[in-house]
Amino acid sequence: MTIEFETPKPIAQQQYVLKTVADNMMRPYSRYFDENEHEIPWDYINFMHQAMKASGAGSLAPKDKKKEDPNKPKRPPIGYQMLAHMLEILSWGDTGMYLITPGGGLGAAAVQSAGTTEQKKKFLARFMGEKPTFAAMCMTEADAGSDTSKIRANAVLDEESNEWVLNGEKIFVTAGDKALTEYEESGQGFIVVWATIDPEAGRAGMRSFVVEAGTPGVKVMKMEHKLGIRASDTVTIVLQDARVPFENILGKSTVEKTTKGFKGAMATFDATRPLVAAMGIGVARAALEFVQEKLAEEGVEIRYGKPRNTLTSIERDVIDMEVMVRSAWLVTLKAVWMADNRKSNALEASMSKVKAGDVGPKVTQKAIEILGPLGYSREFLLEKWFRDAKITDIYEGTGQINRLVVARNLLGYRGSQLR
Amino acid sequence: MYSFEPNEEQQMLIDAVSRYAEDLREAAEEAEEHARFPEGLVEKGWEMGVLQASIPEVYGGFGDYSSVTGVLAAEELAYGDLPAALAVMTPNLFVLPILLAGSEVQKERFIPPVIEMEWKAYTAALIEPIFNFDPTELKTTAVADGDDFVISGKKTYVPYAKDAEMMIVYANVNGVTQGFIVPAGAEGLTVGEENKLMSMHALLQYDLELVNVRVPAENRLGGDFRAVLAASHVGLAALAIGVAKASLDYAINYAKDREVFGVKVAQKQAMAFMMAEMAMEIESTRMLTWEAAWKLDTEKEDAYKSAYLAATSAIDMVMMVTDRGVQILGGHGYIREHPVERWMRNGRGFATFTGLAIV
Repeated sequence: MTIEFETPKPIAQQQYVLKTVADNMMRPYSRYFDENEHEIPWDYINFMHQAMKASGAGSLAPKDKKKEDPNKPKRPPIGYQMLAHMLEILSWGDTGMYLITPGGGLGAAAVQSAGTTEQKKKFLARFMGEKPTFAAMCMTEADAGSDTSKIRANAVLDEESNEWVLNGEKIFVTAGDKALTEYEESGQGFIVVWATIDPEAGRAGMRSFVVEAGTPGVKVMKMEHKLGIRASDTVTIVLQDARVPFENILGKSTVEKTTKGFKGAMATFDATRPLVAAMGIGVARAALEFVQEKLAEEGVEIRYGKPRNTLTSIERDVIDMEVMVRSAWLVTLKAVWMADNRKSNALEASMSKVKAGDVGPKVTQKAIEILGPLGYSREFLLEKWFRDAKITDIYEGTGQINRLVVARNLLGYRGSQLR
Repeated sequence: MYSFEPNEEQQMLIDAVSRYAEDLREAAEEAEEHARFPEGLVEKGWEMGVLQASIPEVYGGFGDYSSVTGVLAAEELAYGDLPAALAVMTPNLFVLPILLAGSEVQKERFIPPVIEMEWKAYTAALIEPIFNFDPTELKTTAVADGDDFVISGKKTYVPYAKDAEMMIVYANVNGVTQGFIVPAGAEGLTVGEENKLMSMHALLQYDLELVNVRVPAENRLGGDFRAVLAASHVGLAALAIGVAKASLDYAINYAKDREVFGVKVAQKQAMAFMMAEMAMEIESTRMLTWEAAWKLDTEKEDAYKSAYLAATSAIDMVMMVTDRGVQILGGHGYIREHPVERWMRNGRGFATFTGLAIV
């Protein structure tokens, strides 16, 4: 091993391609889809679907293993590192639009991490189909946010028909509308619903279920109006005696007296938190670069290398912003590098998420302040990025929940020791 | 490729330095109170050969220069004790600028004597006694005169100036900072008062006055001073990480041991969150520092800027962390029986210490 910071070639190539996408398919439409919430950027969606299909990146389904050439040197895995770079640059383009990129998002990620080979084949191949296809994750409920043990949605096995019967109400489902109701225009998506199969068992009874679009009893009830990331739909989904086949359960159908299953599900977050962090950093970098460009246009020079006490206030601010964005990115990179190399990264994953959740809002706030009347104006995208950036501090575990995870890991405490 | 693990050789060095750092930690309190390191402590560190291992054989060393290896070692040293780390590394201030910005002749002539001997005071003078000191716009001047340069100005924070055999004095040559090799006892060179600083009492530092000090032109380091400045930025950043980590680890142990309202201090979220944030800021600066050092080693275009950003990050980080280290111990943190107040005094210095450490 070694200490190295060279961007791997395949990642650099992908970055180059996605920069073009961000410049041409996202930025020019950012303002429109921010001001026209609930309209759908089909051009972007269709383009991304075709592009991902062409590159073979549209599916998370398990690929047939290629025969390994013993003469070729083994390359270290870079899957998560690649994803982090992709999400960062697409969010640099537009986070809201990125969030409705077809391909399955968190829903597919759940199947990928907790599903059997059969399930992966069945549910993930569809993202490579004719039409852009979506999947969504349904976890949060009105009374269960960060405290997922309070989830009340339930699944009961109908032994006669061998089906699970799901009931409950889920809120804040990202891309839920596209996964469920837009399927006539798109491919048939699904949602992954968290529900308990044993309300007495607490977290040990928690399972996730794949519920396909078109399942009777599943309805999108409400589309939220949000502070930012407005191009992405956030919906409420109601399940009323929704029946799914027995084999749609992800994980074991029996309840043991341990929380191992739940912990396994939570481990998904160790992989996804740095990815969400990468998205927040993309927005922060967009704001930073915008400020740097505007200042350069106005002839304001940032004198790197000078002692701090001799810098102007604007110089200090811009340099601090650069420090924040870069360091958050490197912490994130380390977390995904660990994930790729199968090192336990619960601490680093949460660290990256906390950092990005802090840095996004701080950098975008500062950017607006520095540019004065220009910063606050809707003529530019800065004010939108400020609104978009805040979500990083909230979803995929709030900054506070992630601080708790960091603290427990740092101090060697279990949940019962540090509540 | 990205990779975040020291190689085997670096890991062995880290282990060796961290064992030595335990000695530094043990000696630190007395050293600070009595303004003197115990006999042989600094020499023992020098004999570990961290600097020697980063100098090529042709100049008397036994390895290759690596900024990454340098920052890894520096963090470990400062985890033990900052002033002792700076003392062990004082000859770096003389040797590395010659390696980075000197000519072939200068390297062959000036480096081997330092490298091959026991620890001796070879040092450098950069900082000037003025509030808006700027290493890129020095008040000390060097003016060409025939085959010589004539240097005049005032310096401060010069480690071991009194015992130094030779030093590098930085001066302004037509708006550009350049180093000059100046022998002790040069005419017009006066070592002044010992500096009385907020911390690092055992690291003896002095004022220096130069009045028309004449050195031959061949003593001028003609290379880019920014390379030296960058090596100082990553060096100081690494030392700041070491100090901060010392403070965090101490605070964690204390908070996990002491009871309050029926639980341990660390079990209170208000305290646990403080420590989580300290750990995150340390990690952030460490990543910036590693990346900058790697960029210096691989000669990336923006390496100097990265080094500057790492140092900027370190200045705020180490102050934030060491301040909280004191705070977590409450009243006990303010008492000199615990080292956290000393680390806080160390921490405040990093914005000032430009040029005091080079890796």
